[in-house]
Amino acid sequence: MADVFEQVKQIVIDRLDVDESKVTLEASFKEDLEADSLDVVELVMELEDQFDTEISDEDAEKIATVGDAVNYINSKQ
Amino acid sequence: MLTGKAALVTGASRGIGREIALELARKGANVAVNYSGSKEKAEAVAEEIRAIGQESIVIQANVAEEDSVKAMVKETIDAFGSLDILVNNAGITRDNLLMRMKEEEFDAVIQTNLKGVFLCTKAVTRQMMKQRAGRIINVASIVGVSGNPGQANYVAAKAGVIGLTKTAAKELAARNVLVNAVAPGFITTDMTDELTEDQKQAMQSMIPLGKPGKPEDVARVVRFLASEDSNYMTGQTLHIDGGMVM
Ligand SMILES: NC(=O)c1ccc[n+]([C@@H]2O[C@H](COP(=O)([O-])OP(=O)(O)OC[C@H]3O[C@@H](n4cnc5c(N)ncnc54)[C@H](OP(=O)(O)O)[C@@H]3O)[C@@H](O)[C@H]2O)c1
Repeated sequence: MADVFEQVKQIVIDRLDVDESKVTLEASFKEDLEADSLDVVELVMELEDQFDTEISDEDAEKIATVGDAVNYINSKQ
Repeated sequence: MLTGKAALVTGASRGIGREIALELARKGANVAVNYSGSKEKAEAVAEEIRAIGQESIVIQANVAEEDSVKAMVKETIDAFGSLDILVNNAGITRDNLLMRMKEEEFDAVIQTNLKGVFLCTKAVTRQMMKQRAGRIINVASIVGVSGNPGQANYVAAKAGVIGLTKTAAKELAARNVLVNAVAPGFITTDMTDELTEDQKQAMQSMIPLGKPGKPEDVARVVRFLASEDSNYMTGQTLHIDGGMVM
């Protein structure tokens, strides 16, 4: 769990160019991390690659916070 | 120059698509040649590309079917390692007067000519967004701008492609994926060979340059839109019609 969070965190920092301290489990991509819709699509693509999983468009739409992403990946592993 | 670029051209077995595939190859691109039914003609195009000294693969796929489109894009990326240029060229006609046009005729043209462009564009965006570079060039038609009797389905699809081009251009600009269209006028291919002599004469009388275009005339503009020379253009539709619509 912690490990997945660390990995997701690193992807978010790289992709969105945000400060590490801002990337908490509760942080919303769009509201707290200033991502636009395309950024979120790209994040999801990156997560798919890094965790070698497929995230359907339907599921992807439900991923709003860093915690959502971490939970989703954990549920698939 | 397009040295080392990877291109996918839909409907490249004949006509305009074939010329586009060859033109991109002559400028150094490796080209995936898509076709629907004309296997031998597609193989011949690939052979010509190899003779030019570039890599080529042939892919059968119906652009109106999402699964086959996804497989086609994957095959191209697997073969060339990237996907830099997509040319949405595949298209059909089912001409009829509006009042006689059957629902099937309308649907068939929308499926191939409009939905096909959507599916192929969607399928390549992931790769191009990741690359932070890409060119999508849609082959629309001048009648999509002007309208044309007997082609309600085709005109609707082509006007749709022009709108799709603009939206894709806006969505993808931030990722340096440029999306433009060309709108050919009357170009001599199998598609226009179907017209009667009278129809051909009528078309010709509307062309200020006084003659039909050749597939090469379209291919060279597509090559420009695929190249560095058009770096600061996106969402545009270039008319290649001998001045028919201004
Ligand atoms: N000729 C003109 O005057 C003119 C003017 C304006 C715009 N255009 C546009 O230019 C494009 C090319 O036209 P063209 O005159 O070169 O036509 P063409 O000679 O009839 O060739 C059409 C090409 O599209 C392919 N194709 C058809 N349906 C397909 C499908 N569902 N999936 C994949 N490929 C498919 C064909 O493959 P197969 O060989 O396997 O059937 C062929 O390679 C079209 O979009 C057309 O609307 C043409």
